[in-house]
Amino acid sequence: MCLAIPARIVELEADKAMVDAMGNRFKAKTTLLPDAKLGDVVLVHAGFAISLVDEEEAKKTWELFAEIENFEKTQNKLSG
Amino acid sequence: MLDRILSAQHTIEQACEEVGREITIMEVCGTHTVSIFRSGIRSILPASLKLLSGPGCPVCVTDQGYIDAVLELAQRDDCIIATYGDMIRVPGQAGSLETCGSKANVQVVLSSTDALQLAREHPDKTVVFVAVGFETTAPATAVAVKEAAAEGIENFCILGGHKLVLPAMRALLGGMNDRVDAFLCPGHVSVIIGSGAFAEIVTDYGRPCVVAGFEPVQIIESLADICRQLADGKAELKSMYGAVVTEKGNTAAQTIIAECFEPADGYWRGLGKIDKSTLVLREPYRHFDAFARFGLEDRPGEPIPGCRCGEVLCGLIEPRQCALFGEGCTPEKPIGPCMVSSEGTCAAWYKYGRRS
Repeated sequence: MCLAIPARIVELEADKAMVDAMGNRFKAKTTLLPDAKLGDVVLVHAGFAISLVDEEEAKKTWELFAEIENFEKTQNKLSG
Repeated sequence: MLDRILSAQHTIEQACEEVGREITIMEVCGTHTVSIFRSGIRSILPASLKLLSGPGCPVCVTDQGYIDAVLELAQRDDCIIATYGDMIRVPGQAGSLETCGSKANVQVVLSSTDALQLAREHPDKTVVFVAVGFETTAPATAVAVKEAAAEGIENFCILGGHKLVLPAMRALLGGMNDRVDAFLCPGHVSVIIGSGAFAEIVTDYGRPCVVAGFEPVQIIESLADICRQLADGKAELKSMYGAVVTEKGNTAAQTIIAECFEPADGYWRGLGKIDKSTLVLREPYRHFDAFARFGLEDRPGEPIPGCRCGEVLCGLIEPRQCALFGEGCTPEKPIGPCMVSSEGTCAAWYKYGRRS
């Protein structure tokens, strides 16, 4: 539940956004971040953008997620 | 990166030696719990530095009475239970949402507004949103409630169980576990309430508070800062998550929380009843309260026999001190909530091999 993902706003209409995180696209609302603009990178939590994130920070998180995904795959391979 | 980690490690070692006694730092965030385990941070810390996981996992802190209320509603033919996925497997007196509700009655949603959409699509049923979580999920619930009110959607309600993190920290320091020397403060809660909100813990209890992000290097640097403060006899508030967290937090989110909710006394697993620690709907939104709509009472539940999640949540014991840990209580077949949630302390201990 606590998991929040940085994602870039690629479409925005009123408070309804389409966001992109590492090529995965999903819907998010910007109701709680009224100043969010197209192209902004935002932290998405439970379907809502809750803060702006700087590009550098977002990249680090995306890399971390990719690393975890690889790690989990390896773990599964070893145990399975 | 490595030089930053080594430098932080050095600071920690030196500061711990200066302090000359055991230091206890508590994190109150499920994601910190997992990140600390996953990265193996503990393995490079001195033995005198103890890291505890506090009441930071939303599923875990939710009282048994609330879980039983959810399960009671799941039995009704006229209701659809809309819940975040984490709650599905939490056991209550009568099974869990996974086992006890008929499948059609329970829907996993990723957002509060998805729950509201279910209400639009099923006008013949009442959709009950399982509204749990800390200040991070509370504003999302508030948005859904406001939308329901604006559209006049009457077949939507919430079972309010949102918790506030500061009253829990105060309850711990006020007696439940005053051995805690300092807090590693939660990143995402701080996005909403602002890092400045923790100033009261520093001022009133003289405990250092450092807001940390989730990368291992940020966590270990935050721990180093805390240790340095303790060695110097200081208690300060700092944020090491400046790229995301501001001092004032998300004011739009704070406003909408205040518009829809007011703090009330609430029950926590392990911590009992804490003053003004739970959010309940205020007028004109009270009729969206599922407790009132279905005549349910928000009361403390019966503890699960043998389960010591409560003590784990207060940092009083480590999971392996519970007789059920790994022996009957596993992530595959959990008995207590700390083993259910992937952010739970017991699940993290189990998964990352701290069983011996």
